[in-house]
Amino acid sequence: MNFNPKFHRNKASRLEGKIVHHVFFLCALVSVLTTIGILSTLLFQAIGFFTEVSIWEFFTSTRWTPILKPRSYGVLPLISGTLLVTAIAAVVALPIGLFTAIFLSEYAPDKVRRIIKPILEILAGIPTVVYGYFALTFVTPNLQIIISDLLIFNALSAGLVMGVMIIPMVSSLSEDAMVAVPRSLREGAFALGATRYEVSLKVVLPAALSGIIAAFIIAISRAIGETMLVTIAAGATPNMTLNPLESVQTMTAYIVQLALGESAVGSLEYNTIFAVGLILFMMTFAMNLFGFWVVSRFREKY
Amino acid sequence: MHKNQDIKNHINPQRMSRRFTEKLLYILFLSSVSVGIIGLAVLIFEVLNNGIPWLSWHFLTDYPSRHPKEAGLFSALMGTIWLMFMTAIFTVPIGVGAAIYLEEYAPRNLWTKIIEINVANLAGVPSIVYGLLGLSWFVYYWGTPTEFLGRTLLAGAMTLSLLVLPIVILASREAIKAVPDSYRDAAYALGGDKWQVIKGSVLPSALPGILTGTILAMSRAIGEAAPVIAISALVYITYIPSHPMERFTVLPIQIFNWISRPQDDFRGLAAAGIIVMLFLLLTMNAIAVYFRNRYQIKSEE
Repeated sequence: MNFNPKFHRNKASRLEGKIVHHVFFLCALVSVLTTIGILSTLLFQAIGFFTEVSIWEFFTSTRWTPILKPRSYGVLPLISGTLLVTAIAAVVALPIGLFTAIFLSEYAPDKVRRIIKPILEILAGIPTVVYGYFALTFVTPNLQIIISDLLIFNALSAGLVMGVMIIPMVSSLSEDAMVAVPRSLREGAFALGATRYEVSLKVVLPAALSGIIAAFIIAISRAIGETMLVTIAAGATPNMTLNPLESVQTMTAYIVQLALGESAVGSLEYNTIFAVGLILFMMTFAMNLFGFWVVSRFREKY
Repeated sequence: MHKNQDIKNHINPQRMSRRFTEKLLYILFLSSVSVGIIGLAVLIFEVLNNGIPWLSWHFLTDYPSRHPKEAGLFSALMGTIWLMFMTAIFTVPIGVGAAIYLEEYAPRNLWTKIIEINVANLAGVPSIVYGLLGLSWFVYYWGTPTEFLGRTLLAGAMTLSLLVLPIVILASREAIKAVPDSYRDAAYALGGDKWQVIKGSVLPSALPGILTGTILAMSRAIGEAAPVIAISALVYITYIPSHPMERFTVLPIQIFNWISRPQDDFRGLAAAGIIVMLFLLLTMNAIAVYFRNRYQIKSEE
């Protein structure tokens, strides 16, 4: 006898149960279809692009002028622009994020941690146009006071602000890895007379290393894919340079620049953004996979 | 005596230096924490300082204009609200369905593993790539021949849904995982079958967690500019979309538009737009935190 009508079984309920099973499977399949959709889009249009432009030119020419004559399709300036901004961001975010994680995990009392963590989470939740605004209207003018050669659009302030933006990503993933290190390891080291920094740097850090490296990789991959901040603050000049004071264009900023106009479907111009998008996707995809691999391969099990 | 002195001499310099290092590193760690916090404080101060003079009632209720003093973000605000609800309508059923499948139904085999890795990977795909997906599939492939989708709100919502789907799936899985097995056992004991147990016992208990995750995902969605630019291109909209098949603009795009203009007045407008957007995000996050605290399942002792 059933006491609760919610759990009363009959033919209809059995059929319903079977149907929902399949519906839920289809829902899960949507995510797989998304990946297939992304790959097919990028590949199909990129193939269209490479029938007109040789892969050799794409990867060796150092000029990217797909809209202006004389046209040239060398993607290297976009890649170097992306890597320059990413490198600046990494120099800021990796050490600061790691030290923040050490502080939160090893030093901060519970009360302090409970205040600081949500504040850092706010940093991660702010839309990237806001960071772009901040870089362009605050950081750049103030840097120009110190560095007079700095252009209005430049890789330096975009990179610095992006660094601040990804601090919470580095710190929260690294902190998770450090918190997972068992107490007994710390207590063992303290019992041997180690100071707090020795415990942090010589015991906890090595034990959490795989998680920390994964955090670094994922944060860098995020920086490579970041779009609005660099579109606003780094400029729109494909520029093969390592000088952070100059204006550069990243892969993502180029895609936005072209998407702002409505170029005709199937045109070479339209296909360029998919060729660039494919490079972008493959770079971030490879880094994410590498991140997962590091975690699964080198995780210390306790 | 002599021996003691010897030990003291031997140990003290080392202890001194270790203490010194300890202090130095503590300062280093502490100042690292402050970089993020000070950065946030300066950013917020800058935005408020430049934006508050431009905030007014007409700013919220007027359409964009070439004259900064008359410009407002009504169409962008309404576009954002439209887009948010439409995205939620797509994402929530699919995301929760996928989460239920992965937590409750999926067999432990290669396919399940592939789906799981796939979801994790999708979360790391740059948002602009989703924009390319939407542009190519929704705007052109399903848009041009049939005149069905095109650069419409619907195409934008579908694109953003795919973008935030991994977030909703992961959050819903966590919420479902947090429901204690005893709840399931009790429902089975009352005679329920698998779906009845999920529907009658697991989902109601997981609902607050799912809701929290969904709100956070939507707050991510409404801040995204890049994929929406790929869908909507740069349009000058002076109407409120009345149905999902119209062109649209959203807050971050309007803000980006204002930032791109060289005049200072437009920068002020951009800051005011940022204040409105951040206020919206803050409200949503506050609601999410409220749900989390109010309905959180107390773990069994």
